[in-house]
Amino acid sequence: MKLNVNGVERVVEVDPEMPILWALRDILGLTGTKFGCGQALCGACTVHLDGEGIRSCVTPVRRAEGKQITTIEGLSPDGSHPLQKAWVSQCVPQCGFCQAGQIMTAAALLAKVPKPSAEQIDASMSGNLCRCGTYLRIRSAIEEAAGLKGTSVLGGSK
Amino acid sequence: MIAACLLSIAASAAAKAPLKAPDQFQQIANREERSRALFNEATRVLFHPRCVNCHPNGDSPLQGDEHRVHDPAVVRGASDRGVPGMQCAACHQDKNLELARVPGAPEWHLAPRQMFWMGRTAASLCAQLKDKSRNGGKTLEQIVEHSGHDPLVGWGWNPGWQRTPAPGTQEQFGALMAAWVRDGAACPKETGKK
Repeated sequence: MKLNVNGVERVVEVDPEMPILWALRDILGLTGTKFGCGQALCGACTVHLDGEGIRSCVTPVRRAEGKQITTIEGLSPDGSHPLQKAWVSQCVPQCGFCQAGQIMTAAALLAKVPKPSAEQIDASMSGNLCRCGTYLRIRSAIEEAAGLKGTSVLGGSK
Repeated sequence: MIAACLLSIAASAAAKAPLKAPDQFQQIANREERSRALFNEATRVLFHPRCVNCHPNGDSPLQGDEHRVHDPAVVRGASDRGVPGMQCAACHQDKNLELARVPGAPEWHLAPRQMFWMGRTAASLCAQLKDKSRNGGKTLEQIVEHSGHDPLVGWGWNPGWQRTPAPGTQEQFGALMAAWVRDGAACPKETGKK
């Protein structure tokens, strides 16, 4: 089966029902995307399928045929996506486990809604859990990446 | 107390009774009365949690037999398929996932806001189904077709992982809706009972 991952065509010999996450991590060695709950409940495994966020732990690879998969490794060539920069400046990651999924969901949001309201951010991010409780930093970083005036959780008003 | 318990047991038994077939209503001579009775039987499906949960009165789908608000807190978005980054299809596939317990069927999405059923009475739901501005622009024939053959509707009888299926089969439900329309698509009288 042919998969286009981060702009590169890859051939994988797998069961069409295999979750995309398995193919990414165990077959292709792209371990930036994390396994969290395995039930589409936490968002840690979020990648893009033709630009839209999907839970790769439950999405079969057959659904990706003829489509583009983008993982955290492919979001930018050098970590320079505005969200990745904002993630650093807002010191978002704590344990870091959920962050790839958080960033990919946020990237899917900003691609469709470049200047989201706080409500739109919450609606899009509500399925990405963070056990460290970095939600305020996540929202702040998304606002920073979108060029919106936000309140930094680190340094007060920006 | 005892009476309440008996009533509860009777209601429970009725809920578990097989869905009646259209020919079981033939003894009702009056066509309009028969049509009403057919619709009332169909409401056992229409008001079932597997159906109502995706026809909510609001922007979030419901879950379980208790109609809990969907967790995670998803919202319908402009096209009833979620919002960017949080589309229905981010998690829901074209079939049920038994290991992950995620329900799925083709074209998984919410019924449009104006097609809400949650909290309706049989009479008000019936009126809604006949109103093109609140039924997705469908003719009665299209509603019969939708009821009997739509794959997403059909999920109600194949809900996967320990979910209670709607009574009967989709074929039986489609036959009830067809018989209701054939007999004039009469609506039950408003009783205020939900």
